[in-house]
Amino acid sequence: MVDVRYDIAFKMYPYRKVPAMGAAPVRHPVVIVGGGPVGMAAALDLGRKGTPVLVLDDHEGIGRGSRAICFAKRTLEICDRLGAGKVMLDKGVVWNVGKVFHGDERVFEFNLQPEDGHKAPAFINLQQPYFEKFLVNEIRAAQADGAPIEIRGQNALVGLTRHDDHVLLDLDTPDGPYQVEAEWLIACDGARSTTREGLGLSFDGRVFEDNFLIADVKMKADFPTERWFWFEPPFKDSGASALLHKQPDDIWRIDFQLGWDIDRATELQPDKIRARIDAMLGEGAEYELDWTSIYTFQCRRMEKFRHGRVLFAGDSAHQVSPFGARGANSGVQDADNLAWKLDLVVKGLAPDSLLDTYSEERVRAADENILNSVRATDFLTPKTEISKTFRNAVLKLAQQHAFARPLVNSGRLSTPCVYDGLSLNGPDELDGPARSRVGATCADAPMAEGFLLNRLGGDFTLLALNTTPPDMADTDGIALRTITLETSRDDPTGAIAARYLGDQPQGIYLIRPDQHIVARWATASTAEIETAMRNATGRGI
Amino acid sequence: MTEELNLTPNIPDPDGFYDELLAAHAGLSKPESDAFNARLILVLANHVGDRAILQQALKAAG
Repeated sequence: MVDVRYDIAFKMYPYRKVPAMGAAPVRHPVVIVGGGPVGMAAALDLGRKGTPVLVLDDHEGIGRGSRAICFAKRTLEICDRLGAGKVMLDKGVVWNVGKVFHGDERVFEFNLQPEDGHKAPAFINLQQPYFEKFLVNEIRAAQADGAPIEIRGQNALVGLTRHDDHVLLDLDTPDGPYQVEAEWLIACDGARSTTREGLGLSFDGRVFEDNFLIADVKMKADFPTERWFWFEPPFKDSGASALLHKQPDDIWRIDFQLGWDIDRATELQPDKIRARIDAMLGEGAEYELDWTSIYTFQCRRMEKFRHGRVLFAGDSAHQVSPFGARGANSGVQDADNLAWKLDLVVKGLAPDSLLDTYSEERVRAADENILNSVRATDFLTPKTEISKTFRNAVLKLAQQHAFARPLVNSGRLSTPCVYDGLSLNGPDELDGPARSRVGATCADAPMAEGFLLNRLGGDFTLLALNTTPPDMADTDGIALRTITLETSRDDPTGAIAARYLGDQPQGIYLIRPDQHIVARWATASTAEIETAMRNATGRGI
Repeated sequence: MTEELNLTPNIPDPDGFYDELLAAHAGLSKPESDAFNARLILVLANHVGDRAILQQALKAAG
């Protein structure tokens, strides 16, 4: 028996009986448990690199409900590298303007004003089912190209046993139980991870005693494509805060912060929800309820994300409040970080200690996300009388005085973590811009044709600007591509020079497959590059 | 070099300032006074700006 826990929006991987069910367990190099955005991104990345991967999901498709709706630039860049970026941009709603209200008063308005010269916008709003569907469609395209990816729907993980050289998985299906062996297991099975619970691993952090009601409504409204946020909204029964945000298909996301002491079943009654929305949109507003849900949240993470042959990614490893869109976005970045490392390990090109740096780097990112989301939550839901007094003081001052506006925190939006000072980093020997320092992600920039990040792709890359780099095709079997650019010719807007050279005449960047910067120099020898490559692939000792 | 928080007398006509401070609270309820104080702290903190000085001030007030 496999329980159906939620409705399916898109049936993408219908159940099929596994032919080898009665035989001895088959061993797979990589098994991913959980076919959400994180699991599918990891599967696509690994499969495209030629590493066989089996995805197990306990449903036959993608769950209904908008859930994560806000996808950040870095996530879109990763999806673009994986081949699913364009369809997401085409479908998503781009937004830049936000308005913040306190009761009836407009506190201020902000514009994200994204920097010019990037292929991806700062954010798009896109319902999570679409995001997942586009990844699965890309997996189907990759499979057609020969990528060794298999997805098994309605295969539920019910238990696991760790062995020295594999993990034995107990699975349940409509045709009964069977087992598979995983040399490496990636647990992308969400906040209530069966894998994590099965291994008895702790998941500590802070519970926030609050309930948020999500109502997705379908309506033809002439509201602008802006993020509207209310502290202490003036509409009847709208709770302590409210959010209105546009999604594709004429769907608007409305969130109400209801407090802790509520009856969920009562609050989810359509009449009750409609009364709240009517008060917000005005009597006579015409809309349909598309999807509703009540959620609570916690800010917490596992102590480490690697436990032997089991790697945790996304919500199974860390959870944050929704303010700042740091959940799904950070999970996709986990996948981005893990895929190239696991690929090298499976192919025998790097030691498994490289996977410890997955934990090191993504724990750093999780802590950054948790810090930001805890701070936003404390501002949104003051826990003491004095914290509310200060919060309201900030909101009142922000109406009149620019100085107070940076203190208003309705969520600090997701940006990629810079891995300052971590193990894989090499030398920073170019006096270049701080944004392109060692550990940072590469900034996009327009080229004569197309964009820089598309040129970088997903291999180790040597980016030489206004200089000729040493002639290297690989180091110890790990591919190293070279891109040599002359800014006078290849940098029509000057953005590459501004973002990578600053006032320096030339530079050489060593860039990882996940487009983080390993090292940079004014000039570099073959030996220096090889040393940095060895260190960046866990072979430095 | 970071400046030190000034904890020596620095306000000309201290009695006059004290009067103004209390006068600003005249007629306010306790919650209104608390809100006023919070706004005043934020205005002054922004004027100081220097995080190291602000940290010293938080410590000195404790």
